[in-house]
Amino acid sequence: MNAPATPPSPYSSAIGKSNAESHTLSVLVDNEPGVLARVVGLFSGRGFNIESLTVAEVTHETHLSRITIATSGTPEVVEQVRHQLERLVPVHSVTDLTLTVRAIERELAMVKVRGKGENRVEALRLAEAFRAKVIDATIESFIFELTGAPRKIDDFVELMRPVGLVEVSRTGIAAISRGPEPI
Amino acid sequence: MSKQMTGAEMVVEALKDQGVDVLFGYPGGAVLPIYDAIFHQNKLRHVLVRHEQGAAHAAEGYARSTGKVGVLLVTSGPGATNAVTGLTDALLDSIPLVCITGQVPTHLIGSDAFQECDTIGITRSCTKHNYLVRRIEDLPRILHEAFYVATSGRPGPVVIDIPKDIQFATGAYTFQKNIQHKTYRPQVKGDLGRIKQAVEMMAKARKPVFYTGGGVINSGPTASTLLREIVRLTGFPITSTLMGLGAYPASDKQWLGMLGMHGSFEANNAMHDCDLMICVGARFDDRITGRLDAFSPHSKKIHIDIDASSINKNVKVDLGIVGDCAHVLEDMVRLWRTSAAKADPAALVKWWGHIDHWRARNSFAFRNSNKIIKPQHAVRRLYELTRDRDVYITTEVGQHQMWAAQHFHFDEPNRWMTSGGLGTMGYGLPAAIGAQMAHPNSLVIDIAGEASILMNMQEMSTAAQYRLPVKIFILNNQYMGMVRQWQELLHGGRYSESYTESLPDFVKLAQAYGAHGIRCSDPADLDAAIKEMIDTPQAVIFDCLVDQKENCFPMIPSGKAHNEMLLADLGDDAGIEIGSVIDEKGKMLV
Ligand SMILES: Cc1ncc(C[n+]2csc(CCOP(=O)(O)OP(=O)(O)O)c2C)c(N)n1
Ligand SMILES: [Mg+2]
Repeated sequence: MNAPATPPSPYSSAIGKSNAESHTLSVLVDNEPGVLARVVGLFSGRGFNIESLTVAEVTHETHLSRITIATSGTPEVVEQVRHQLERLVPVHSVTDLTLTVRAIERELAMVKVRGKGENRVEALRLAEAFRAKVIDATIESFIFELTGAPRKIDDFVELMRPVGLVEVSRTGIAAISRGPEPI
Repeated sequence: MSKQMTGAEMVVEALKDQGVDVLFGYPGGAVLPIYDAIFHQNKLRHVLVRHEQGAAHAAEGYARSTGKVGVLLVTSGPGATNAVTGLTDALLDSIPLVCITGQVPTHLIGSDAFQECDTIGITRSCTKHNYLVRRIEDLPRILHEAFYVATSGRPGPVVIDIPKDIQFATGAYTFQKNIQHKTYRPQVKGDLGRIKQAVEMMAKARKPVFYTGGGVINSGPTASTLLREIVRLTGFPITSTLMGLGAYPASDKQWLGMLGMHGSFEANNAMHDCDLMICVGARFDDRITGRLDAFSPHSKKIHIDIDASSINKNVKVDLGIVGDCAHVLEDMVRLWRTSAAKADPAALVKWWGHIDHWRARNSFAFRNSNKIIKPQHAVRRLYELTRDRDVYITTEVGQHQMWAAQHFHFDEPNRWMTSGGLGTMGYGLPAAIGAQMAHPNSLVIDIAGEASILMNMQEMSTAAQYRLPVKIFILNNQYMGMVRQWQELLHGGRYSESYTESLPDFVKLAQAYGAHGIRCSDPADLDAAIKEMIDTPQAVIFDCLVDQKENCFPMIPSGKAHNEMLLADLGDDAGIEIGSVIDEKGKMLV
């Protein structure tokens, strides 16, 4: 008897990554020692992707931290990621911002550019168009500070490349839901 | 009400408040204050193991045979690292453990102090949760929280790492029953709408099968009772994973035997051909599913599990129900009764017809011999001769484990203890010690392989110290039989390092440990020898010399589908040539 053709399991399709999508997860956790290691260890241990990760305490009285993780995978894998995170004892809640709410995502970047003459002028012009601030300058360099959606930062960095990009430092994504309701 | 006491005293107090009567452990510098507190009382019994891995497996055996939490106490550094295999084993099989580890004093943490290791870092991924206690004020809460976390939701091991200065520090101890954890509150009640939907799907099924697992046993005896009820009410066939054996009585006619890699022909074929699969407390592990993309291709699947992350993890299901088995089954039984649901009787009769046809293949059968003891025969005789006893069975890992699962039958939950998820050789003897501590008057037998048993053989000394009459029934084939079988299957019969030279004389070894040794190699003597073992009031090592070349069938070779099982060839003496099966598919496949 031959096995009839059936659609591959979600697991095997995950390996192909053909329909991988990016999701931003907002994870509210107790700010206790080791909590970040638990979250990060879960991703590495189970082979999930982390594209960006930010963490900071958000309510000091109750010691809650928000971890914002950008991950990618098939919808099934992202659902697995969410359930696995929910299983961790210090995790209060996990929200897939990409699925559930219209979220605003912002990232801050500092971009160092080195150049002279026309390149320098061009860099400043582009910075103005992107509303990037100059936060440091020498005769031959600038550092720009830029806040925006991750895509906007990617675009800016690409434009800086031909005019003398030296390096970039980015914070990773912070995200929040629109409107009056909490996440 | 709070009382002033030291951290070490709090540990003992909290264990007593949690109803712990036995703990398994091994002392060392970083836990001396706790051992001193144990010395000063006589309610808690401490069992001194001979290796910390043994403590963990003994705690597992205790937990699985009682449904309670297993507790172990080990020192820092090597004590903690030795316990890691047992903790991982408990994590994979969802066994509730609380493991207390000593740690170097707080001010030395991070200095590479003597016997310091990063216990929290090392055990983070092999525990359900772990705690490093930094302040004496936190200790009472953490101790009780650990029991809550270990037992609620999907059970698992929890580590509490206690620096030595915290054990000496004094603080206020409090205990309130039924503390609520601030974040961890697993869902136990299943969604009624979904259960209703499940009942509707069941009423429409024409070829249904129940596929159950260790979750039913973890859920408690009520879950087993309810499982029996729903299976009886529906008239559906039922199979179970290795971990779930005993939740449904093996003597019942609706029972198909275990499924999976070494499961029965009827169970695996029913899984493959069914149109509705009702999975209760199992997790679609690769040893169960075989080739994933050919797994039960035409069925709708319902999955009941307390762990939401188990649902849709390996196999996409049509209806997931998050909840505790007992709660969900209770609602299911009630809804099935009140809706007077009934699957099409004619379809069911036809389905049972198919199943009976598969059953007739008698897939656990083997060619017996009157010259040499066949391992399957030995297990069968062991089963028959202990049927009227109050028996608990543990196993090691290998062929003998599978033969035990196939040929020893369980009618009650919590009677069968085996390392399923991790497959840990060396599990069986310490687990038997744990089970025997919990059931001093029962017959506890470790069905063992000669290779596995040597992995934690030192625990015979523990058995001797506490006069535990555990019986070790070794199916001695002189091979790491399961490894040999795979080498035959995949590597042209090149038995690289799977034959054990220089095995000890197990009879003399038994005597060295103050136990009784029995050797048997003639099928004619087997029954009498087994009876001798049963009737011996002390620990026994039974060296049962069996056929060295026997293979374990049926078998779904990994990467194959349920309907591509290898079956034992009962027709000719040579047995089956499994080395060529993979190429000449048609020859052996059904
Ligand atoms: C700790 C550990 N190491 C290695 C293995 C791999 N392994 C699985 S079965 C087996 C052989 C077991 O031999 P034995 O105990 O004699 O049992 P048999 O298969 O012969 O019945 C081995 C080495 C394992 N499961 N656990
Ligand atoms: Mg062997």
